[in-house]
Amino acid sequence: MAQILEARPLTPVTKYFRLAAPLIAAAAQPGQFVMLRVREGGERIPITIADYDRAAGTISLVVQQVGATTSLVCALEAGESILDVAGPLGMAVELPARGHVCGVGGGFGSAALLCLMRELRRRGLATTAIVGARTRELVILADELAPLCDRLEVCTDDGSTGFRGFVSQRLAQLIEAGGASRPDQVIAIGPMAMMRAIADTTRGTGIRTLVSMDPLMVDGTGMCGGCRVTVGGKPMFACVDGPCFDAHEVDFDVAMRRNKAYQAQERQARDRLACMAQREAR
Amino acid sequence: MPIKRLDKTPMPVRQAGLRAHDFAEVNRGYGAAQAAFEAERCLRCQDAVCEDGCPVRVPIPEFVHRVATGDLRGAADLLRSANPLPAICGRVCPQESQCESRCSMARRFEPVAIGHLERFVADWERSQPPTVAPNLTRSERIAIVGAGPAGLVCAGALARLGYPVTIYEALHAPGGVLRYGIPEFRLPKAILDWEIGLLQALGVEIACNVIIGKTITLDALMNEMGYAAVFIGTGAGLPRFLGIPGEELNGVMSANEFLTRVNLMRGFEFPEADTPVQRARRVAVVGAGNTAMDAVRTALRLGAERALIVYRRSDQEMSARVEEYHHAVEEGVEFHWLTNPLEVVDDGHGWVGGLRCQQMTLGEPDASGRARPLPVAGSEFVLPVESVILAIGTTPNPLLTRTTAGLATNRHGCLLVDERTAETSRSGVFAGGDAVTGAATVILAAGAGKRAAQSIHEALQARR
Ligand SMILES: Cc1cc2nc3c(=O)[nH]c(=O)nc-3n(C[C@H](O)[C@H](O)[C@H](O)COP(=O)(O)OP(=O)(O)OC[C@H]3O[C@@H](n4cnc5c(N)ncnc54)[C@H](O)[C@@H]3O)c2cc1C
Ligand SMILES: Cc1cc2nc3c(=O)[nH]c(=O)nc-3n(C[C@H](O)[C@H](O)[C@H](O)COP(=O)(O)OP(=O)(O)OC[C@H]3O[C@@H](n4cnc5c(N)ncnc54)[C@H](O)[C@@H]3O)c2cc1C
Ligand code: SF4
Ligand code: SF4
Ligand code: FES
Repeated sequence: MAQILEARPLTPVTKYFRLAAPLIAAAAQPGQFVMLRVREGGERIPITIADYDRAAGTISLVVQQVGATTSLVCALEAGESILDVAGPLGMAVELPARGHVCGVGGGFGSAALLCLMRELRRRGLATTAIVGARTRELVILADELAPLCDRLEVCTDDGSTGFRGFVSQRLAQLIEAGGASRPDQVIAIGPMAMMRAIADTTRGTGIRTLVSMDPLMVDGTGMCGGCRVTVGGKPMFACVDGPCFDAHEVDFDVAMRRNKAYQAQERQARDRLACMAQREAR
Repeated sequence: MPIKRLDKTPMPVRQAGLRAHDFAEVNRGYGAAQAAFEAERCLRCQDAVCEDGCPVRVPIPEFVHRVATGDLRGAADLLRSANPLPAICGRVCPQESQCESRCSMARRFEPVAIGHLERFVADWERSQPPTVAPNLTRSERIAIVGAGPAGLVCAGALARLGYPVTIYEALHAPGGVLRYGIPEFRLPKAILDWEIGLLQALGVEIACNVIIGKTITLDALMNEMGYAAVFIGTGAGLPRFLGIPGEELNGVMSANEFLTRVNLMRGFEFPEADTPVQRARRVAVVGAGNTAMDAVRTALRLGAERALIVYRRSDQEMSARVEEYHHAVEEGVEFHWLTNPLEVVDDGHGWVGGLRCQQMTLGEPDASGRARPLPVAGSEFVLPVESVILAIGTTPNPLLTRTTAGLATNRHGCLLVDERTAETSRSGVFAGGDAVTGAATVILAAGAGKRAAQSIHEALQARR
């Protein structure tokens, strides 16, 4: 049971949570995630640890509403609790000893840059954060990220704020510009299509690129193998070997296909939840 | 005088045609008269060889005699003194290769139904008010990692010795394989819950959602948190895959994933429960152990029209309990022996379209002593299925050993322990169950947990 200390919507479909979870806060590293469950009979879902405060004993999560379980999470408010929160799971993202690291975030993925940028700065590395969204209202956490990194780039598809275009296009420009703009390593977290575009952008540039994969998970502890991703032609368990993998080795086609394995049932669960909400409202 | 009847008193079962469509328990258990009747078959041998077949040496003739004379309390106490999980072992022990295989009756007739009697006594015990109370008199606290049978039994034994114990479990519910692997129709969760309730009544604390090695390191348990000893019972939960083409297709999964979705997450109740499970029309399960039987019978219960076992050896090498095999046959499972999967075929949309296999024949014995299966040339064929479930074994999970210095393992990742004391390469850290032996049985895990509790007690006494 983890108490929600703070809950605020960031966009109409994403919500920020700060939870009391002292053991997880003490152990968390950038790149790791938690498994959570909101009710008896509920599903276990993986959520990235966006940030942690060891002294306060809290962790932050940003949840984007995409289906039944994330809708239940997003309905929670400060003062309420999350039934089960287990973590930190997965391996910490591998960080270089020196140089310039660029973190790229799309959608809820921008949130994970918070602890990543803070940790990189603590280690004395140069940092850039690129965050993207469809339009201005959907950009999240830019104000929180700005003081944590050397350079913040905001991108919107419609140009309503910052760079007009995709995060991958902005990254290509920085690489092109060379010098201090060019990162030595890229870490991307967000929708699969975005991570694939980032992988394509840095392929052949010699820039080490990691992506944080988000396959379907059941236990998150290496027990089911449902989270297999194909990396360098071999199956890897994202929950114990990852979730971060070499972007140029990941088979995105397989990963995207595998995430659709339960589409029909997910729709059924979503419709059922909506229907129950309606009935309650009446 | 004991009455010598040749055959076992049959276990009442639910009708195959009905039970194959729901998750209620298959075996219904003996009534009091049946139990007494069966108990009277025991010869009360001077040299009770049946006990040699039991890993925890249940005093079989003595407890069976108490059943025969109607002293169920006496039978229950005697049973529990040797086997801390009698209701579970009575149901899931492979009796035909353990206690019952040694029974003197078995030489000419059918053995005494020791498992069925054990179950009967334990079920009776559950119908009585529990008689335990916490008596935690000692100051040394002990941490248990993993709430499978090994960890649960170790915790219970230590609590009875007076130690305050905390079990740390990675999942949101305790039980290990008993919770996520073995299905309701074979082991009702209510039995597991009752056993866990008993532990809590003894004062054992259970902390779920804590992954030792991730949430808390083993070193922190020993140092900062001040536990006097740690027992590791993390099991062997990491599933193996075949490494054949097509294993990444949608519809291919490990038996652990399939069974976890159904048992731990109650996917069979979807959408009342939130976790979905694939309900394929035709399902192939690869393997022939208990896990394979559980998966294939679960697939039937989820509505499969055809549920197939595919195994590259013959029925002689099958490792599942005989009873489960018989039940599977009755329920309509198809068995494809000497059939080796070569490739999962794509249906053209990234889903399973079939399983391409090869016929095998048996050759000379291999390293395991079992006949080596050899391919028959030109015998390839495709089994038309929409789902492939792999039940080809598991190995110890590396989560804890990867994050802990100085825990020695063998090349299979199994923890190395001193055979006599169950102590690992780290002083004060003990281990038992599947984490040490590799995938084995409930009674071996329970026995290991019990013996480790005793040696932890001895080590702590010596330290004083
Ligand atoms: C390591 C990791 C970190 C993640 N971090 C975050 C995060 O910080 N914030 C966030 O909002 N989401 C995160 N996700 C995704 C999140 O887990 C899913 O959105 C969630 O499980 C969907 O559940 P649902 O019932 O609401 O939707 P569903 O109706 O189940 O599914 C809707 C969509 O989400 C995908 N999905 C479903 N189940 C899972 C699952 N168990 N894991 C991954 N994707 C799934 C499906 O492909 C589908 O397209 C992460 C996933 C992983 C694996
Ligand atoms: C489907 C199936 C059917 C079976 N049928 C039979 C049968 O009929 N008869 C029989 O005798 N045996 C059977 N077995 C085997 C039997 O269940 C196991 O041998 C037994 O459960 C092993 O017990 P254990 O306590 O060692 O480990 P497990 O039961 O595997 O429990 C280990 C526990 O530790 C937890 N854990 C792991 N790592 C950590 C960590 N780092 N921190 C905290 N917790 C952790 C796990 O989540 C799990 O709950 C079956 C197994 C399976 C999978
Ligand atoms: S514990 Fe298992 S092996 Fe021992 S007597 Fe009971 S059923 Fe037989
Ligand atoms: S060997 Fe068989 S008959 Fe003899 S005591 Fe044991 S159970 Fe009874
Ligand atoms: S989520 Fe089950 S093994 Fe990774």
